[in-house]
Amino acid sequence: MSKPALIAKAAPEAPRPLLAKLDRVSMQYASGTLALSETSLDLAQGEFIAIVGPSGCGKSSLLKLISGLHPAASGTVTVDGQPVTKPIDICGMAFQNSTLLPWRTTLDNVLLPLEIVAPHARQMRRNRSEYEDRARAILKIVGLEGFERKYPWELSGGMQQRASLCRALIHDPRLLLLDEPFGALDAFTREDLWEVLQQLWLDKRPTVILVTHDLREAAYLADTIYVFSPRPGRIVAQTSVDFPRPRTIDTTYRADFVDLVHTLRTKIARH
Amino acid sequence: MSFLNQKALPWVITIGFFAVWELACIVFHIDRFILPRPSEIAVEMVDKWNALLINSLQTFYTTMAGFAVAVVVGLFLGMLVGASPTVYRGLYPIMVGLNSIPKVAIVPILVIWFGIGTIPAILTAFSIAFFPIMVNVATGLATIEPELQDVLRALGASKWQILRKVGLPRAMPFFFASLKVAITLAFIGAVVAETVASDVGIGYLMMSASARFDVPLVFAGLLVIALMGVVMYEAFAMVERRVTFWATRSSQSAS
Repeated sequence: MSKPALIAKAAPEAPRPLLAKLDRVSMQYASGTLALSETSLDLAQGEFIAIVGPSGCGKSSLLKLISGLHPAASGTVTVDGQPVTKPIDICGMAFQNSTLLPWRTTLDNVLLPLEIVAPHARQMRRNRSEYEDRARAILKIVGLEGFERKYPWELSGGMQQRASLCRALIHDPRLLLLDEPFGALDAFTREDLWEVLQQLWLDKRPTVILVTHDLREAAYLADTIYVFSPRPGRIVAQTSVDFPRPRTIDTTYRADFVDLVHTLRTKIARH
Repeated sequence: MSFLNQKALPWVITIGFFAVWELACIVFHIDRFILPRPSEIAVEMVDKWNALLINSLQTFYTTMAGFAVAVVVGLFLGMLVGASPTVYRGLYPIMVGLNSIPKVAIVPILVIWFGIGTIPAILTAFSIAFFPIMVNVATGLATIEPELQDVLRALGASKWQILRKVGLPRAMPFFFASLKVAITLAFIGAVVAETVASDVGIGYLMMSASARFDVPLVFAGLLVIALMGVVMYEAFAMVERRVTFWATRSSQSAS
């Protein structure tokens, strides 16, 4: 399971190139609600960041901004040095609700992005079996071997979320956007999936933005944690997390881990 | 045991219905020119099988032709209306207005345009059957979860791709549910038109039979229509169960 080379903290001091940059961005919904105000944030390539904050603080809005699904009211969002004006196509997404398609088997659900994303969509028919092997491989990593032919409604909630992660990652997206993906799961399943997600991240190294209100989850998974204020959302604190990887459930019982979670909690309480 | 009951129940009820009818006619001495007994209707059906067959084939043909057009037009308009709120808002008054017109009222107009016979029957069947198809397809498309659209849009999917990969499959249970309703409505439309303006078809047969006070034949015609409706409804229900099994999964998954 563990990869010795990665136990040491990856990418030491050399600053990694930027993938995305938010520069004093505000966002407003058509209803007039101001979701985000004057938010600035740098996202390095391969970085795993977590956004935490009280509910309704515009955390999910940030994902819509970066992916280009919703335009900014002011300020600029840049991905790969290009301003974002329409949906960008380097993303994989997963939500609290697994949003798997009930008429497709688990395998076909995981293959969905490959039917749409540019280089694969054209080769899909010709290289079908190759792509299926790829989907089987990633399903195996998350522990869904043998469930390829099952329909989503035949899977438990945790298994659906595993499949949803596979779908988000099958096309090797450079940016993985996770909107409270484990929010609806029980505590044990959730902790299992932290491990699964960390493993997937260590294997493929996408840049990840995880929106969550579970502070332990953020501390377990992220390199950097941003704390948001209540709506309209602003960044009120930013913390680097230096625990060596791969982190385990034992990590969460270390004194400095507990301290970190405690500190985060007080920051949220104060605002 | 309960499985057997489930299978037998529709037959028991149907046979019971006819038995009660038969008994009621005997007990209350109801004249066969008012309400013939089922047994008399059956005898009539055997006697006049040739006329019934020819005319019911005509009715079946006009119904299915009108229904086929309704499926094509209903699917197309449903996709258009469901995919675009603008089209929905624009077409809404006309669609509801057209659907509110009693179909028997448009038959004379169709006769002026196309003459008596097959074409008005097909068009009447179409005009009554397409509306539920359109509404259901549109509903299926308009109720896609926004997260699901976001997943696809963030992959760079076009509107057409979202429609093909998610919208249409998701609308299928709505579509098939509407087909069951639409096919029975199509029979109504075809028979109405034949009754008013045709010289062939079950509707015409019943009109001319009632003019001769051949009440058992009128009822024979009614039964034939009902039978065709039941058979076609069941046929589409079977297709529905096969194609959209995932939408009625509660009955098959224990978990």
